[in-house]
Amino acid sequence: MSVEINVTREVVTAYLGGEIDHHTAKEMRETIDNAVELNMPTLLVLDFKDVSFMDSSGIGLVMGRYRNLMKTGAELHIMGAPPNIYKMLKLAGIERLAKLEGR
Amino acid sequence: MQLKNKFTMTLIARSTNESFARACISAFASQLDPTIEEINDIKTAVSEAVTNCIVHAYKEKAIGKIYITAILNDNNSIKITIRDKGCGIENVAKAMEPLYTSIGGERAGLGFAVMESFMDNVKVKSVVGRGTTVTMLKKISPRISVNG
Ligand SMILES: Nc1ncnc2c1ncn2[C@@H]1O[C@H](COP(=O)(O)OP(=O)(O)O)[C@@H](O)[C@H]1O
Ligand SMILES: [Mg+2]
Repeated sequence: MSVEINVTREVVTAYLGGEIDHHTAKEMRETIDNAVELNMPTLLVLDFKDVSFMDSSGIGLVMGRYRNLMKTGAELHIMGAPPNIYKMLKLAGIERLAKLEGR
Repeated sequence: MQLKNKFTMTLIARSTNESFARACISAFASQLDPTIEEINDIKTAVSEAVTNCIVHAYKEKAIGKIYITAILNDNNSIKITIRDKGCGIENVAKAMEPLYTSIGGERAGLGFAVMESFMDNVKVKSVVGRGTTVTMLKKISPRISVNG
């Protein structure tokens, strides 16, 4: 599990890596939320390019960030999801909350 | 339908065992020569059921055990049973509804929906105060070799 944060002007991008489950989601959430609180972006990008596995804990992670962003009217984009991750995101209907792009 | 192979394990309900459990079952299931997608479906469903034992049945207290059995049948299917002796579920039908979660927060309420969508059959038996058993079946598509 890894999270790398990149900040440019009003955009925070979080590059997620490894496996996302209930065990690893907590630390990912804390890192992302810290970056958002510090930078107050108008757009949060979650990049799933290097995520190899994700269960519904990852959906909870995305939905929780979406709820936080709504408070400030900021947007959420999801990028780079490999086929297995894309399948989970579609099953949850995430495209209704965020712009969703596969790999 | 005959038994081809069987594997059982008991784990302590610690969240570090979520990745361990799905790695074990996927290594065992690979004997059926599944596709990458089929393996991923199995891993995801196992991760959901094991996480539910840790989060809901035993309330993240890292006490209590998770009992896992996997059976390979000679019709190229795998049957996985994941059992806990935790709090049990009062209304199983309601618990299995998509987006239903009893604790909210960071849970998506999609664990059972994922199991049902990624596996061919899912059965849940639960007794309040005694525990829950989730049984899942997945058929693995036969690979037709080019040389016959
Ligand atoms: N093993 C279990 N023991 C007790 N309750 C469970 C168990 N598995 C699931 N549940 C109940 O079913 C609900 C739905 O489970 P699920 O679909 O995985 O969603 P989530 O885990 O996100 O809450 C849980 O919120 C919980 O109340
Ligand atoms: Mg769950």
